[in-house]
Amino acid sequence: MSDVIRNIVRFALFILVQVYLLNQLHLHQYIIPYIYYLFILWLPFSIPRINLLIIGFVTGLTLDAFSMQIGVHAAACTLLAYVRPFVINILTPKDSSEFNYREPSPRAMGWTPYLVYALILTILHHFYMTFLQWLQFGNFLDFIIKVVSTTGISMLLIITVELLFPRRMKFRTNTA
Amino acid sequence: MRNVFLFIRRYFTFICFLALQVAALYLLFTYNRFHRAKGLGFANELTGRINSRYKTVDDFFHLKAENQRLHHLNDSLLNLLPSNFEKIDTATRFVRDSIPYDTLGRYRQYLWRDARVVYNTVTAEKNYIQLNKGANQGIRDNMSVINSDGSAVGVVVNVSPNFSQVMSLLHVQSKRSVVLKKSGNMGTIEWDGKDPLFLTMRNIPKSDPVQKGDTVLTSVNSNFPPGFMVGTIADIVADKSTNFYVLKLKTAANFFNLQQVHIIENLFYDEKTMLRDDTKKKIDDPKNYNR
Repeated sequence: MSDVIRNIVRFALFILVQVYLLNQLHLHQYIIPYIYYLFILWLPFSIPRINLLIIGFVTGLTLDAFSMQIGVHAAACTLLAYVRPFVINILTPKDSSEFNYREPSPRAMGWTPYLVYALILTILHHFYMTFLQWLQFGNFLDFIIKVVSTTGISMLLIITVELLFPRRMKFRTNTA
Repeated sequence: MRNVFLFIRRYFTFICFLALQVAALYLLFTYNRFHRAKGLGFANELTGRINSRYKTVDDFFHLKAENQRLHHLNDSLLNLLPSNFEKIDTATRFVRDSIPYDTLGRYRQYLWRDARVVYNTVTAEKNYIQLNKGANQGIRDNMSVINSDGSAVGVVVNVSPNFSQVMSLLHVQSKRSVVLKKSGNMGTIEWDGKDPLFLTMRNIPKSDPVQKGDTVLTSVNSNFPPGFMVGTIADIVADKSTNFYVLKLKTAANFFNLQQVHIIENLFYDEKTMLRDDTKKKIDDPKNYNR
């Protein structure tokens, strides 16, 4: 399967799971599980930054359309997409053009760097998203609790997904 | 000028990021202010289609609960039907008992309770239906059972604390009084134990203008509330030895998929049976009659 088709399928799956499964769960008013942005985390290393930004924006906008709050997720995802290359640069060896694997995964980066990568972007996403919602409604304590609890449950979800669905990626050789 | 272009090229990603960010925030702060006024219409149309697709699947899984709710509602509405009430002449009445009555002096004769079928057969010769309500819920013997679509099903013959056993119309010993809707003539229905789709109806005189497709209803002689559908006539056979027809009746209730039913209590049942037995005793054996 080519990268494009694989990612289109992933996009649809993540959005559907987020809209029809996770958004339907009523755990607690502070604990809202989010997983859809993992789609952006999983995009290939080699993707141009402009494309990454646009994909992030579109992803967020799609989820916004379902949650009837245009702009919140779009803004957060755009930020996520903008910051992603920097985080990858920090967490991986300097010559990032020589990645052995195509996209970020525990196997490609090692568990610890991958989890740090996911954690940083998760906090960023939730912080910004909750901040935008808080600007319109809410108090400060709620805001902090919400960021922390939502980050916790999302990280839990990401780890679960990584363990349940290990992506079998081919080792990239020079011939490929 | 050249420097400007260089600057733009150097920070092109960042400028893009800012542009998209501004776009997102603009959408956020304008659209949400004019709450769902214009822009969301388009998004709504798109997501609405996907959502309704999803909902058709999702609804399927909630059909059972929804069905139950509907059945509860039907039950409460059926309890309000005027045919459930018997008007009693208050001028000549001496004893007032505790049967509930409404302010117009109409006494409730039929009380409806809803129940769920937990077990049901159609293949045996003596078919019983088990319901999830029993003596603890006020169910007693001889109460009649009507399907959720208002067609006669059977009569309660035995109760345990939480369940009750219903003698289905598809029972070779079942014999119920019914009435032809068209002429108002009474007849009886029974089952020959063969085809669960058809009952046998007797005691309709040959003088009656019976036709195929005529409706047969429950009668006041039975314990059923009158006027509920039992079946339609499927075949007419003139019995040569007697003056009556033997009618083949297509059952109105679908006994193959009974799910939700109503149990109907005739609140005057005890009084009526007592009167009937008393009369019998009085006429048959007047010497020993002392009351």
